[in-house]
Amino acid sequence: MISIQQLSKVYPSKQGDVVGVDDVTLSIEKGEIFGIVGYSGAGKSTLLRCMNILERPTSGKVVIDGIDLLSLSGKKLREARQSIGMIFQGFHLAMSKTVVDNVAFALKASGVKKDERRERSLELLELVGLSDKAHQYPAQLSGGQKQRVSIARALANDPKVLLCDEATSALDPNTTKSILQLLKRINEKLGLTIVLITHEMEVVKDICHRCAVMEEGRVVEQGRTYDMFAFPKEELTKRFIQTVLDFHIPEALLEQSSGSVVHLTFAGEVAGQSIVSDLLQSHPVKANILHGKVDYIQDKALGTFVMDLSGTKEAVEEAINSLRKTLNDVEVWRDGFTDHSLARAK
Amino acid sequence: MDSLITLLPELNKSFLETLIMVGIGLVVALVLGLPLGLLLFVTDRGLFLENKWIKGVVGVIVNLIRSVPFIILLVFLFPFTNFLLGTTTGPVAASVALSVAAIPFYARIVESSARDIDHGVIEAAIACGASPWLIIKDILFPEIKSGLISGLTITAISLIGYSAMAGAIGGGGIGDLAIRYGYYRYDNFVMFTTVIILIVLVQAVQYIGDFFAKTVKKHG
Repeated sequence: MISIQQLSKVYPSKQGDVVGVDDVTLSIEKGEIFGIVGYSGAGKSTLLRCMNILERPTSGKVVIDGIDLLSLSGKKLREARQSIGMIFQGFHLAMSKTVVDNVAFALKASGVKKDERRERSLELLELVGLSDKAHQYPAQLSGGQKQRVSIARALANDPKVLLCDEATSALDPNTTKSILQLLKRINEKLGLTIVLITHEMEVVKDICHRCAVMEEGRVVEQGRTYDMFAFPKEELTKRFIQTVLDFHIPEALLEQSSGSVVHLTFAGEVAGQSIVSDLLQSHPVKANILHGKVDYIQDKALGTFVMDLSGTKEAVEEAINSLRKTLNDVEVWRDGFTDHSLARAK
Repeated sequence: MDSLITLLPELNKSFLETLIMVGIGLVVALVLGLPLGLLLFVTDRGLFLENKWIKGVVGVIVNLIRSVPFIILLVFLFPFTNFLLGTTTGPVAASVALSVAAIPFYARIVESSARDIDHGVIEAAIACGASPWLIIKDILFPEIKSGLISGLTITAISLIGYSAMAGAIGGGGIGDLAIRYGYYRYDNFVMFTTVIILIVLVQAVQYIGDFFAKTVKKHG
């Protein structure tokens, strides 16, 4: 649906060129929710704005639904934009128009007749659950309601793609959830392709099928959301994932552990198996669970365990080795049998 | 009291002349200054009709006219006024110079109130695929309507001030009256009367302007 090829955006400045987006190639499938994550200044917003030519890329190609957007200008480009909806962090509603007129504006832009505009706008407001606010002004609405209006406006011309520029970043956690649910529902109901950019990994975890991580204008890693969470490769990806999966075990608790502290990640099929209890039956070790958590990402389980394994040195080592055979992410956080700890044990 | 009654016909005439001068100036400002101001805004950097040349040329012309003190502009435009109307005296003739001064004045006010609106709203309209004309007509204009009226009020009050100068060199109006009686004949009564009339007029214009600016601002 969306194909971005070797896209770059350079801003010339007196101090030298500033690279906003650096040679990005991405392909986003029809009906997919695709997330682009990065810290501010990573170039994700610029990349998104290049997708409907709000910013004209310096080089590269943007092809949406078979149309090479950079070959278009004037009226043709405006028509292409009508099939690409966009919502923003700041909602960007016209304050002097009522809710229904804000939605109708998008229809006016595409030349829809007046009676039809009104009818269609009200339908859209119903879709986003705001029928009762149709004749109010944006200033009377909450942030979440404003974002719903802007979603209705973005959907007015039956777009094939919806671009979301930090659409939930200005909202509180509860409102964020409800807006994300709405986006998910629209994605399923209308088969709409959604591209969203965010700095919150939580958003990606909730609704994105696939995602990409950006840094300094480049995509450093991309893949299916579950895989990114379960098997992150890049340091930056790991850092983003930690914001969602992270937990903290008090230093003192680690100090008090009687054996080796291991951190296990259960991803994919193994998440459903009884690996820990099998281990305890087959090896003469004791396990004290310090932390345990199962996250569901795209309806698939991702488990994280931290255990204190105690027993003889050999038994513990063997147990860890056997864990390594079944799990591909076993980290030893504290080896209880090094000289250092032995010395202290005495 | 007697002096007031003898003054009354002259006062009425002068008041009417002032209204004509300011009225014509305002209408011209609205008809020409408003589009000029919007043009200055939409051709600015980063805006949807960005055009360095138009912006530059229009900007320079506007600044040129605005940098000439009104009393000089008035005299400077005499040949033009004469060519246009065949005379350089009377309120209509004076309104030529007032109009020329009012256009760039109002254009700058329009431009600055347009700058106050959130660029995001314009961007969202562009993302909707709206044409530049539709954005101007349907987004820009309604968003700044209240500012446009406030700006018109400011322009009207400036024009009342300018009209006194126009009066001094044959334009008529209240300013003319004040100068003829108050300055040349040391008639303080007339002087005070005209000052009071001007104060009341300015207050009234401001009040009406504020009222309309508030009325159109329906942000809920």
